[in-house]
This record gives sequence, structure tokens and C-alpha cells, in this order.
Amino acid sequence: MLKSLFARREALLLVAMALLLVVITSRFPAFARPANLAAVFNDTAILMILALGQTAVILTRSIDLSVAANLAFTGMIVAMLNEANPDLPLALLVLLSAGVGLLLGAFNGLLVWKLDMPPIVVTLGTLTIYRGMAFVVSGGEWVNAHEMTPVFLETPRTLVAGLPVLTWVALAVIIGATVLFTRTNVGRAFYATGGNPTAAIYAGVDVGRTRFLAFCLSGMLAGLSGYLWVARYAVAYVDIAAGFELDVVAACVIGGVSIAGGIGSVGGAVLGALFLGLIKNALPVVNVSPFFQMAISGAVIIAAVAINARAERRKGRIILRPTGATAGAAS
Amino acid sequence: MSFLKTLALGTALAAALIAGPAQAENVKVALVVKALGIGFFEAAKKGAEEAAKEVGDMEIIYTGPTSTTAEGQIEVINALIAQRVDAIAISANDKDAVAPALKKAMDRGIKVISWDSGVAPEGRLVHLNPSSNSLIGNQLLKLAQAALPEGKGDIAILSATATSTNQNTWIEELKKAQPNYPGINVVTTVYGDDLADKSYRETQGLLQTYPNVKVIVAPTSVGIVAAAQAVSDAGKVGEVFVTGLGLPSEMAGHVKSGASKSFSIWNPIDLGYSAAMISYHIVKGTAKGEPGETIPIGRVGQVAFDGNGEGAMADPFTYDASNVEEFAKIF
Repeated sequence: MLKSLFARREALLLVAMALLLVVITSRFPAFARPANLAAVFNDTAILMILALGQTAVILTRSIDLSVAANLAFTGMIVAMLNEANPDLPLALLVLLSAGVGLLLGAFNGLLVWKLDMPPIVVTLGTLTIYRGMAFVVSGGEWVNAHEMTPVFLETPRTLVAGLPVLTWVALAVIIGATVLFTRTNVGRAFYATGGNPTAAIYAGVDVGRTRFLAFCLSGMLAGLSGYLWVARYAVAYVDIAAGFELDVVAACVIGGVSIAGGIGSVGGAVLGALFLGLIKNALPVVNVSPFFQMAISGAVIIAAVAINARAERRKGRIILRPTGATAGAAS
Repeated sequence: MSFLKTLALGTALAAALIAGPAQAENVKVALVVKALGIGFFEAAKKGAEEAAKEVGDMEIIYTGPTSTTAEGQIEVINALIAQRVDAIAISANDKDAVAPALKKAMDRGIKVISWDSGVAPEGRLVHLNPSSNSLIGNQLLKLAQAALPEGKGDIAILSATATSTNQNTWIEELKKAQPNYPGINVVTTVYGDDLADKSYRETQGLLQTYPNVKVIVAPTSVGIVAAAQAVSDAGKVGEVFVTGLGLPSEMAGHVKSGASKSFSIWNPIDLGYSAAMISYHIVKGTAKGEPGETIPIGRVGQVAFDGNGEGAMADPFTYDASNVEEFAKIF
């Protein structure tokens, strides 16, 4: 039953995206060229990566608002290291960005787990802390294109088999997340924790530890995105990706990940991110006024939440009718 | 790094103070900046010292608080009153907060002017703006003309937010100056909101929607960098040029890559030079420092002050491959 619901959400998104594409193409024919669509995918890669981390967190009935600040801090750290020591191998910097991100995520997770604080409050706090740390380490200075090494800047845009490395990284994260969410105990625990925390505890799932792991994953992916972002836009400063956490949450919500936890899929989050990416890339070329752009993005999110709310209500009804007997049998 | 800078500065200050009493007849001009250790103001100091050398009987006291606060500047002003300087040229941290202290200075016969960042009219004689809105509008077109083949063609504007006052004023002035640049056609204005990713995406949109656009004018330092990166990534270097207002340190890499031929920003050296020159003339009595007056500023030319006592120095200074590396070290 639930599975068909996800499938329906993903199908719905695909149809919506196809319709959107038809509308855009009628106004700007070159948009639907495969090369351009690949470029849109590439442009959305960072959003997808962050949305997958966020999905894990939201599945456990939590939220991570600190991802953009985490990205800004780790991006700044690796950019400054690259500037100061151009000889450091890139692989080390990439590992470091993921590692620093993981630490920041783990800090969020520990506060949620050990101090039992509400995730929205914890990450609202760490959001400002991480951005503040980015300011402190950089002193407010920018790291500019000519101060970073060519290898550092060019690697994400290097073409491998016709697609940029950034796209391949996103694809790898998507595959990794699919395996993690659907084929591992941790993935099952994410769903169980958010779906019904009490039942999860009875089933032997450590709810706090699961949330901690979700925050670690989200933080690690945010850290990795820090490097990718700085390299892509060839500049690091304190305010990079300001407000991006809201795009990330919006991508999850559009993709059918329930804010109440327990419902969501990798495919949904990826499609949600792509849907936002499509709109972001299409609005400039179809020449819509900037005020309308904001209104359109907002309207899409509201529409998605409305559909989510309906879907969850229907889920309740479906569960209630046939499960009376099974629930009794299970207990 | 910044410690060394402070040390060098301190030594210079000490040297200036020791040298001071030996030449008692000199005109003592205090250049008060927002805070010590900021590249932009260090450059202004260089200009002021150049002016001092030129006229021979002027001595520059370069000073300011250690952080950009109005309280710090008030302390500095009080110390300068006690030292009996002849003139104070200030870039204020707060236009109203420092006014009473400056008024006290004027009551004691010290000539006060403001530059860069102004002081309320009751706290100064005249205010020197780095440039005027109409000069900036004109300069943006001049830059576009220089980058266009044969000086004619389509250009597009990449602004910050749609509601940003200074951006809108400059764009309006640019459009007003258009009759002086026949053949230059502004096809559209897009808004990057001073976010690197949105500016980047808007630039990509411009490149696709308007293949005839040969120059993108970005009068914002975030936008110009993002646009240059987007042009490089789209492989359009040499075809499409980015110009506008940016800082040399942030643009050096993009001038080197060829994405930008030239761009502008007010020259801090000239600004310090002009502020010192104006102070000198007012102290010497060769100018009164009244609204409506025109005061000569040596090699920079002259500045006409309007009814509010505000004047604009010159066209923004243009940077290209020949000088960007040199200025990148300064600001």
C-alpha cells in the first residue's frame, strides 16, 4: 500500500516536470536539449546531495537547518587550506571537507541524542554558530578564484564519460543513499524511528542513536557539498549558500518526504530537488519578473505540502480499515 | 599577516609623530578611517601621503579605531582635538554619532571634512563622495563599450536584488546616459540577489536566452564574480565579456582567464589623495569649504560641491590586465 503511494508521488512529480518542460520549451525551445538538461542536473547536484542527507534526518522526525552553514564553514576551511598550502593533495581536502562536515553534524546529533533537545532548536542554534565560525576563521575575507589552485577548482567540472565529475558525485550519493535506505538496518531504523518512535523502541531500535547517525550523514554530505560549492562558484565567503537550507527542506517536501517523519524515498527527494532545479534554471530563460519567481517557487512548495497532507490523511484511513485485525494479531 | 601589518603601521605612525614637532609650520591633516588594518583605507593613506609630498608643507596623521565603531572614532577625534591638528578628514562609521565630537572640533577651529562614508552636514564642512551616481552609470556604459566589438551591440545587466536602492539608481543612470553611446542596446536586467549561485544561474539563463548579448554588466561585486565564472564555465570566454563594479582582489583571476577585460571601482588611493588635498586647501584659506564651491584637487582635477556640500571625485577607476595584479594586493 505505502509503496504504491510513493510510486504515485514519484509519478506525479515526473508528470509535473514533463508538463513544466513542455511549457518552458514552448517559450524557449533550446531548453529541452539533452545537453541543457544534463546541465540542469549538474546544477542541481549539490541540492540533491544535501536533500538526501536531509531526507535521512527528516525520516527520523527531525530537521537539520544547519546544512547551509555547515557547507559555508567547511567550504571556507578547505578553500583557505588550499590557498595557504597549494601542495596539499585534493583527495585529502575532499576527505577533510567530508570529515569536518561529519563532526559538525555529529555535534548536532549529540545534542539531539544526549540532551534530548528539539532538533529545530539545536540546528537553528548551530546554524548561527557554524556561520559565525566561518566568519572567525576567515576574518570576513574572501577566498577568490585566483587564490585557489586550478586542480581544486577544475576537478568538479572535469568531464568523465561526457558528464562532469560533480554529476558523477551526485549519482554516486544517490546510489549510496538508495542502498543505505532500503538495504541496511540503519536505513530501516530511519523509517522506524520517524514512523512510530514508541514502536521503534519496542522493536529494539535505539531512536536517539538513529537520529544521531542521520545527523552525521547529513553533516558529512553538507561538508562534501562545501568543497563542491566553493569549487563550482570559484569563490568562498561567509555568506555562501545563505538561506540554502530552506531550498533543501523544500526539495524534500516537494519530493514527498513527510515532515512528520517515517515517509519518504531517495527517488522522491532526488525528483523534488530536480523539480526545484528545473524551476530555478527555467525561470531566468523564460524571462519572468524576479518578484514572480519568488512567488512561483513559494506556490510550488505550498502545493507540494498540500499534496503531502492529503497523502498522509489517506494513509491513515487505509491503515485504519484493514489493520484492525492485524494490529490485534501482532500484539 | 595582520599582526605584521599592524606593526608596520604602528612604526609608521610613531615615525610620523616623532617627525611631527620638527616641522611645526606644517599643515597637520588627520586622516581618520573606519578602522585600522583595512586594505581599502591603507590604500587611501598612500594617496594622502602622496598629496603631502606633492604640496610639501602638509603632514598626514593616519589614524582610526581598531574596530569599525563610532565610539572608537569619537575617542580618536577627542585625542586629535587635544593634539590640535589643523584638519580632520573622516570616513565615518556612523553619520550622526560622530557629528557632535566633530562639531566640537570645528568650534576649536579645526577644519573637518568627510570622505567615502559621510557625516551629517552639521558635523563637517563638505563631503567627498568617491563618485556620483551619474558618473557610475556613465562609467558602466563606457566599460561595456570598451568590451563590445566596434563599441556596438547588445548588453544585459546583472543586478543584486530587485529592490536594492543603489543598484537601481545606477541602472537608471546607465539608461539615462544611453543617448551618448549610440548602438549599445540594453536588452534586459536580471537579478542575482547578491547570491553566488543565483547570479551564476541568471548568467547561464542570459547566455541561453540572448545569444546576441556580448557584454554582461554587473554593478555588484558578488554578481560580477559569479557572472565571470558562469561565462568561463559555458566556454564563452572571448565571446561574452563581463564587466561592472568589482574589487581587484576578487576579479584578478577572471581578468586573467579573459572572462573580463576591464571593470571599475573607485580608486582608494585617489580618494585619500583628494581628501588630503581638499583639507589642505581649506586650512590654507585657498578654499572655504562651502556648499556650491569648486575646489581643485591636484592631479585628480577638481571637485564641485552641491548645495548640501557634497561632491563627487571622479569616474570610477578602471582595472584591466595591466594593473589588476598590482591592485589585487591592495584591496
